[in-house]
Formats: sequence, structure tokens, C-alpha cells
Amino acid sequence: MAMVDEPLYPIAVLIDELKNEDIQLRLNSIRRLSTIARALGEERTRKELIPFLSENNDDDDEVLLAMAEELGVFIPYVGGVEYANVLLPPLETLCTVEETCVRDKAVESLCRIGAQMREQDLVEYFIPLVKRLAAGEWFTARVSSCGLFHIAYPSAPETSKTELRTIYGQLCQDDMPMVRRSAATNLGKFAATVEAAHLKTDIMSIFEDLTQDDQDSVRLLAVEGCAALGKLLEPQDCVAHILPVIVSFSQDKSWRVRYMVANQLYELCEAVGPEPTRSDLVPAYVRLLRDNEAEVRIAAAGKVTKFCRILNPELAIQHILPCVKELSTDSSQHVRSALASVIMGMAPVLGKDATIEQLLPIFLSLLKDEFPDVRLNIISKLDQVNQVIGIDLLSQSLLPAIVELAEDRHWRVRLAIIEYIPLLASQLGVGFFDDKLGALCMQWLKDKVYSIRDAAANNVKRLAEEFGPDWAMQHIIPQVLDMINNQHYLYRMTILHAISLLAPVMGPEITCSKLLPVVINASKDRVPNIKFNVAKVLQSLIPIVDQSVVEKTVRPCLVELSEDPDVDVRFFATQALQSSDQVMMST
Amino acid sequence: MIGGDEATKAPAAGAPQPLEWNFSQVFGERAAGEEVQEVDIISAIEFDRTGDHLATGDRGGRVVLFERNDTKDHYGHRRDLERTDYLISRHPEFRYKTEFQSHEPEFDYLKSLEIEEKINKIRWCHAANGALFLLSTNDKTIKFWKVQEKKVKKVCDLNVDHSRAMGNGPVVCSRKSASSKQCMENGGCNERPSGYSSIDASLPSGGVPPLRLPVVTTHETSPVAKCRRIYAHAHDYHINSISNNSDGETFISADDLRINLWNLEISSQSFNIVDVKPANMEDLTEVITSAEFHPTHCNTIAYSSSRGSIRLIDMRQSALCDTHSKLFEEQEVPGSRSFFTEIIASISDIKFAKDGRYILSRDYMTLKLWDINMDRGPVTTFQVHEYLRPKLCDLYENDSIFDKFECCLSGDGRHVATGSYSNLFRVFGCSEGSTEATTLEASKNPTRRQVQTPTRPSKPPGTLPRVLRRGADTSGADANGSAFDFSTKLLHLAWHPTENSVACAASNSLYMYYA
Repeated sequence: MAMVDEPLYPIAVLIDELKNEDIQLRLNSIRRLSTIARALGEERTRKELIPFLSENNDDDDEVLLAMAEELGVFIPYVGGVEYANVLLPPLETLCTVEETCVRDKAVESLCRIGAQMREQDLVEYFIPLVKRLAAGEWFTARVSSCGLFHIAYPSAPETSKTELRTIYGQLCQDDMPMVRRSAATNLGKFAATVEAAHLKTDIMSIFEDLTQDDQDSVRLLAVEGCAALGKLLEPQDCVAHILPVIVSFSQDKSWRVRYMVANQLYELCEAVGPEPTRSDLVPAYVRLLRDNEAEVRIAAAGKVTKFCRILNPELAIQHILPCVKELSTDSSQHVRSALASVIMGMAPVLGKDATIEQLLPIFLSLLKDEFPDVRLNIISKLDQVNQVIGIDLLSQSLLPAIVELAEDRHWRVRLAIIEYIPLLASQLGVGFFDDKLGALCMQWLKDKVYSIRDAAANNVKRLAEEFGPDWAMQHIIPQVLDMINNQHYLYRMTILHAISLLAPVMGPEITCSKLLPVVINASKDRVPNIKFNVAKVLQSLIPIVDQSVVEKTVRPCLVELSEDPDVDVRFFATQALQSSDQVMMST
Repeated sequence: MIGGDEATKAPAAGAPQPLEWNFSQVFGERAAGEEVQEVDIISAIEFDRTGDHLATGDRGGRVVLFERNDTKDHYGHRRDLERTDYLISRHPEFRYKTEFQSHEPEFDYLKSLEIEEKINKIRWCHAANGALFLLSTNDKTIKFWKVQEKKVKKVCDLNVDHSRAMGNGPVVCSRKSASSKQCMENGGCNERPSGYSSIDASLPSGGVPPLRLPVVTTHETSPVAKCRRIYAHAHDYHINSISNNSDGETFISADDLRINLWNLEISSQSFNIVDVKPANMEDLTEVITSAEFHPTHCNTIAYSSSRGSIRLIDMRQSALCDTHSKLFEEQEVPGSRSFFTEIIASISDIKFAKDGRYILSRDYMTLKLWDINMDRGPVTTFQVHEYLRPKLCDLYENDSIFDKFECCLSGDGRHVATGSYSNLFRVFGCSEGSTEATTLEASKNPTRRQVQTPTRPSKPPGTLPRVLRRGADTSGADANGSAFDFSTKLLHLAWHPTENSVACAASNSLYMYYA
């Protein structure tokens, strides 16, 4: 067989590897499909490469997924928009494969191509493709077709439009629940392209069928359609057609359906307008907040702030706030936790007076919750309430909560609170922090769990950034350096780590005068692990400190370490020396 | 169906003719004196919803697939395949299609437990795009398999002749840059040649003529099984059942104490929907023995317990369905209690009838048919092997009393079947007025030891008068008077979804019968 000229060699290999036995190589070739196409030229890409891809479509799903993605941006390589239709056949077959993610990607690419195609091409090629898929023998093709109607419909001639609407209606009554689910999912997108007159008749009847489907999974998705359709309809139509559906959904026998309603309800408020919201949606929402099923209450509680933002404050205070009070003592910890994660956002909605009078007691009770997640969630959103009423009112209850979390016996809880310490510090201010929290931050450096010590080291760095080097010189550095004499080498290692993090924040002067001597001193440690960590830290300090200091202090220490009996110490010391050479050469 | 008096009457015209059973096929028949390997013993049988495919699992962790070969237009219209009604006049004949190793023996290092590879259950999922899908499970891990005809391909007409390139390595390499040289030496080109981007820029707009695409020629196809997903680490106890939901996207898996709900596409999480584990394990009084989704109601699940009860749960009510919506159990007959009562009451298998109205359950001695609209007792009770009652003591001593027999219903719901010892299985008619009770042996001559006893429905003392008990053999011993062999037990069998055809497993052999 012919050899190919030298500059083309990599491409020749790339093309051959489209059919290599190693999946990684095939994947790589598919990912470079645009290179292959450019090498072949537009015409051969159309006449050879694309048909080749169409035929070789029983590959592994990973390869098919990559192919579906690449073809979506392939229009420039086949000769521009006027030839876009040649890309449809390979994507059409990809729309029928069994693997959901491949189909989804193929549909996405088809939509992308369809959006750029000329109108006559859409009529000639795209619409027939949608119809073929919708009449597909396997449910996989029909599932994919549902996601393409919104591209095909706007360009279709009048007769085709009628047909497309009819076909969509049939898909919504398909034997296979998978197809009905896909039709329900895509209904909103399709409806957005349908003329207002048909929207009220055809689409609404399709929608009503879906809301009465005997499969819960289909009805669930119809709930999602409510909000999308609601936004398309005139308010009075929305009130007439969507509102009754959503109200009945909110009392559905299946908790899963009610759960979806609880998640979606706030989106519908705008669509129906203020009056129906007050008369129908607020009562429905209140029912969901008091639902028997904890999962539904969790979803409803999680949306309480979003819902209140839409309502006027009086309605929120009158109807929602009493429920919030009940939820704050809910029997399910997950409900309380969901509430705690959003409740702080209600403060700006309710205003200062109502917050102090009504919300503050709830914050305080949640801050004392027996379940750590609840307390954590309150603390994580502290900034929101701070903007409305200031932190002073909370600080008295805050401190015990923080201290308790800081000493929680679950290390994940301790880890979570450490992450919030910089936020707390900025909200509470230096004064409060110094008194109460400083000691905690040092205590974490001596935690039994590595992750906590690691996070604690990061924490002191972030504090130094927050409050500045001067403050850190007083309140962090001495305490941290003091701990280098800890008996246990693991704790000494934490301190070395903290030093390497602090050095860039503190700047060269303090690093040289305070931090470096401690590190150099640690190079005499009896534990090799400390010694090679010293080498690593010194390496990180080299760019920070002055060149003369490197020559005078750092390098001699590293040279000494590079002759250590321990192999690891020698390795890291040599590595550090090499990097110092590089720094020197570059300057 | 024979119902209570409030049950709807099936369209029955007098007593229907009993089925005449004939031998159809056997796979893996044992030669005389041949010893059975433990790993070859069949442990699960399942027809797919069309009846065109049959899967068996064995103790060695293998799954064997059979496909129907007695019809010319095997696939018909594919849309029909997705539906379930598919009628052909001839009796089904199957041929071996493929097999694959589904599970391997494992060891749980945390609990120091060996995990057997034995397949506990197989369930078929919806076929798509010509590929078959099924779930198989051992004690701990459920796997989702795709079986597809793959083309055996031959690629030719490559741009680069690899064999020559490798042979002439040094010569060719001398013309190459460093990066592509490495590529040549590897032959398979494992190193990525660098510098595509520079080539991208230098390509002429008209393309490069000498490059060509490889030509792929396909020769034949062969079925290839691929594990698509593994659903693991969700069960502390042994999985006894898996069942697909009618929504086509979820399934349940049940172990002794819990039932979990999965999405087929998501293997990383499942939801616990039933948990019968008491706070203190000493308070444990019953375990879950079997669980199944309703065939059409996506939110209804039935599960059976070791105390002989069946519970129906409604998943709409709550996320954790610890409270059942319906409970089916038979009132104990006063005075009949013995040491074995509780043991033999344990239900080993439940199956919904296709219409979803009836549930068939198997306990050690009987088959019971329940109407889900009637919870005061079973509609009908069939005695499977009443002659063993005096031998319960022996059966207890050799542990046979804990054998888990499966049961099945015919597609039209007019017959039920279950296995027994000595490789026997029994078929009962359950339509109105039927007295059919056939004993068949899993061999090439199924009626050799037939015990055809069309007994009149008798009324055992103390039971509800309208509840029928049938099939009790008149004689206490086997018809031939031969001793029963407790080591040859027929635990697993399945009824074809649309035809009167039964597949049953006698240790390592798969026997098929039709009527």
C-alpha cells in the first residue's frame, strides 16, 4: 500500500486509527475529525468521510458520543450551511442507539445544525427526518424525535405544521412510557414555537392528556411543563387552564408529584399574576409546607425564600411565616436543614422589623438545633441576615453554636465549620474574632484528623489575607510558630505546611525574619519526614525571599540535607536545589 | 379464574379441557451416570416479555441465552415486539444463542465474607434498537447487560502499511521527524504524534488527494454481551429478588430486610423504600422473601414474608413505605399448629398474573392464588405435595424444608405451575370449574409417572367454605410407590408469556414442554 508524504503522515495515521482496535485511538481520531475533514477537503468530506461515519456506527458508546458531539460543529468542514444536510444521516442513526447519553448528544447536535440550516433545506431534509424518527420502529428513535420538533416546526409549511402537531400528540400517547416522558419533557420547547391559536387547542389538549397519564413518571414531567406553558399563555388563559391543573397536582395522591409541584410552584406565580397567586397558589403552597411526606416538605421548605420574594411582604408574613415557624421544629432533620439553608434569605424580603420580630427567634432556635447540618446551614448564609439587621443581635447565640460545631465529634462537621471561619471573621470583625475564635483556629491545627489540620492551615492563611499581615504578626504567627516544638512529628509537619502557605501572604521581610529561621531549625529534626518537608517548604520559599538570603541561608541548608542518610530527604533536597538553580538562572 | 363470590367470573364455558403436555426440547441433558458439576446447576430461568428469548443463570455465575427459532419472520415488525401480544400457532422451539459470565466469585474484605457467583434472579428489560437488555443478580451485586449482534469486521486499505513500516523500521524512521519516529517504532502508534495544529494551518483548502478512508468489510455477526452498569454496595443481606417497573426506567431489588429502588441509568444511588429491620435484631420476627412490581401500576409493589404474608405497598403514599396498604394472609386453622407450621408457611416466591389482579404465592406445601381485591384469604389453594406432610420431620433434618420453590402463571392466567421433588412439577388449572391437576416429570417422557388426579374440590375442616382446596393427592405415596428423592428438586421454572409452554430446570438440564 502507498506510503504517504511526510507532512501528511500524522493525518494518515489519524485516519487509519478511525478503525483501530484500541478504543482510545479511535476516540482520539474521532476527536480530531475536523483535522481529517480539512485534510480531505470539503468535497471528499461530504462524499466519503460522512458516508463512512454513517456506515460505521456500531462502535462503542464512548466513540459514538464523541462522534455525535463533533458532527454538531461540522458545518464549516462540509462546505458551509448549504451543505449542512449531509450531516443529518449519521446523526439520525445516532438518534436511535440504545445509550441515552449518545441519543441526547445526537439530538443536541441536530438542533444545533437545524438552527443554522436554510429554510428550504429544513423543509426538504430536516422535517422528513423528524417524521421518520417519530415513526421509528424502536422506542429509542421516537424518544429522540420529541426533542427535534421545536427546530422543525417554525419553518414547516402549513400542512406540515398540522401534521407535526398531530404526530406530537401521538407521541404523547405512545405505548412506551419512555416516549411519553420525552414528549412531556420537550413539550414546553415545542409549545414555544406553536402559534397562539393552536397553543390553546392542540397543545393544551396534549398537555391535559399528559397530566392524566397513569404513569407517575410522566405526570411528574407534566408538572415541569406547567411552568413553561404558563409563561407562554396569556394570564387569563393560564388561570383558566394551568392553574386548576397545578392546584390538583398539589393534592395528587403521589408524593413524588407533589414534590415536583413544591419545587416548581414559585415559577408559576408570575405567569398567573398576583390575584390568583394570592387566592390559589399561596394556599396550595401552604398545604405543601404542611404535607404529610417529609420529602415534600423538604422541597417546599427549600423554596420558601424564592416564593416569598414573589409575594408582597404582608402575604408572606401572614401566610408563609407561620408555616416557617412550624417547619423550624419539624420532626425531620432534613426539613429543618433545608429550611436553614434558605431562611436567611427571607430577611431582605421581610425587612428589618419583621426580621427582628419574627425571623430572629427562628434563626436562634435553628442555631441551637441538635442536628449539626441545620446549624451549619444557618451559619453559611450569615452574610444575608447581616445586611438587614447587623450581626450584633445574633452574635450572642452564634458563638456557642460555633464553638459546639468546632468541637463536634464528627470531623466532617468540624471541617465544614472551618470552611466558614473566614466568612464569619469578615462578618464579625476583628474585635469579636480575636476574643472568641482565635483560640479555636489554633486548636484545629492540633486536631487528630489530618483533613482538619490541613483545612486549619488553609484557614490561618485566609485569615491572614482577610485581616492583613500586621494583624497576623500579632495574632497568628507567634502562636503557629510556637507549635513547631510539638512532640509529635505529624503536628510539626502541619506547622511546616502552614508556614509555606503563610509566607506568600506575609511577604519577604517577615518570612526572612520570622518564618525562615524556624524552617531552617526544623532541618535538624530527627524525623526524616520533617526533613524532606523542610526541603519542600524551602523550595517554595525560594521565589519569595531575597536572592542573598537564598545564597546565605537556604542553599547551605539544602546542601546539607542533600547529603542526608535518608534517600527521600536527599531526593527532595536535590530537587529544591535544582529549582533554586533555575530561579537563579532566570534572574 | 376461580374467585370468591364477589370476584368477576372468567368467561368459562363449562370445565375447560385439561392441557396435554408434550416434551419439546432439552438443553444440557445428562448422560446416564454423568456427574453434575455444582457450577452447572441452573439457578434462574426467565422468558422475556415477547417470549422470543429465554435466559437461564447458573451457580457458576453464567447467563445462557436462548432464542426462538420456530418462526420465519422472527422479529416481525419491531413495534410489535415492543408490545407483548404475539401469537403463533406452533409451539415454541428455542436454540442456543449465546452465553456470558455475568458474575465472578468475590470476597468482601470488610466483612470477611465470600460472595458466591450464583445467579439468583434474571429479569429482562425492554429491547431497544435490536439489542437485548437484562438484569442479573447474585447475592450482592446487580448487573445490567446488553446483548447485541456485533459485526465481525475486517479493516483494509489503510494509508499507512503498518506491517511494512514495522519491518523496515530503521529505513522508514530515518525519513521521519522525532515525534512520528516514535510512532513508527511502536507500530500501533501509542504515542500521540504531536503537531496536528501546525498541520491544521498548513492544509490546502482543497484537501489532500492521496489520503483515503479505510475500507471496512463485514463478514458475519455474532452476539456480544457487554456489562453496561453495575449496581453494587446497596444490600447488607442477600438479594432474593429484582423486578422491573412498568415505567421502563426503574427497578427494585429486595434482600432479607430491605427493598431498594433504582433508576436503570443511575448505578451510584438507590432509594430505600422498605426497611423491616428492627432497631434490635433480637426483635426480628420475619424477613422479606420475594418482591415484585405490579405489571401495570407503576407505584404498586408486592412483597412476601417468611411468615406467609403478602404485603402490597403504594409508593405514592410515602418515600419510605414501611406501612403497607394491603395485607394478605391466611388465618391459621385452630388446632392445626405444629413445630413445622411456621417454617412451611414461609413464602418462597410470588408472581403477579399478567393482568395484575391476581398474585400467585408458593409456600412449602402449597400454591395459593390471591385476588388483590380480597384480603381475607386466598381464592384458591393448591396442594403441591401433600404426601410429604408425614415426612416433614425428615425434610427438616436434611434441610430440604428450607428449599425455595418458584412458581409461575400462564400468560392467560388460566394455569399455574410449580416444582417439587424427584424432578416433578405440577400444573393446575385455575379457571372457573377447572379440576386440572397434572404431575409431570422433567424428563423426555414427562407423563411417565403422571399422577392425574382430578379430585373434586374438598373442604378441609375449619377452612373458609368458599375457599377451594384442590390437587391433594389421594395416595400418601408416589403413584409408583417409589421413594422420593429429595436431592433432585425442581426449584426453577417459567411459563412462556403467550403460549402454553413451560421451561424448567432439573439440576443442570433445561427441559421445555408444550401443550
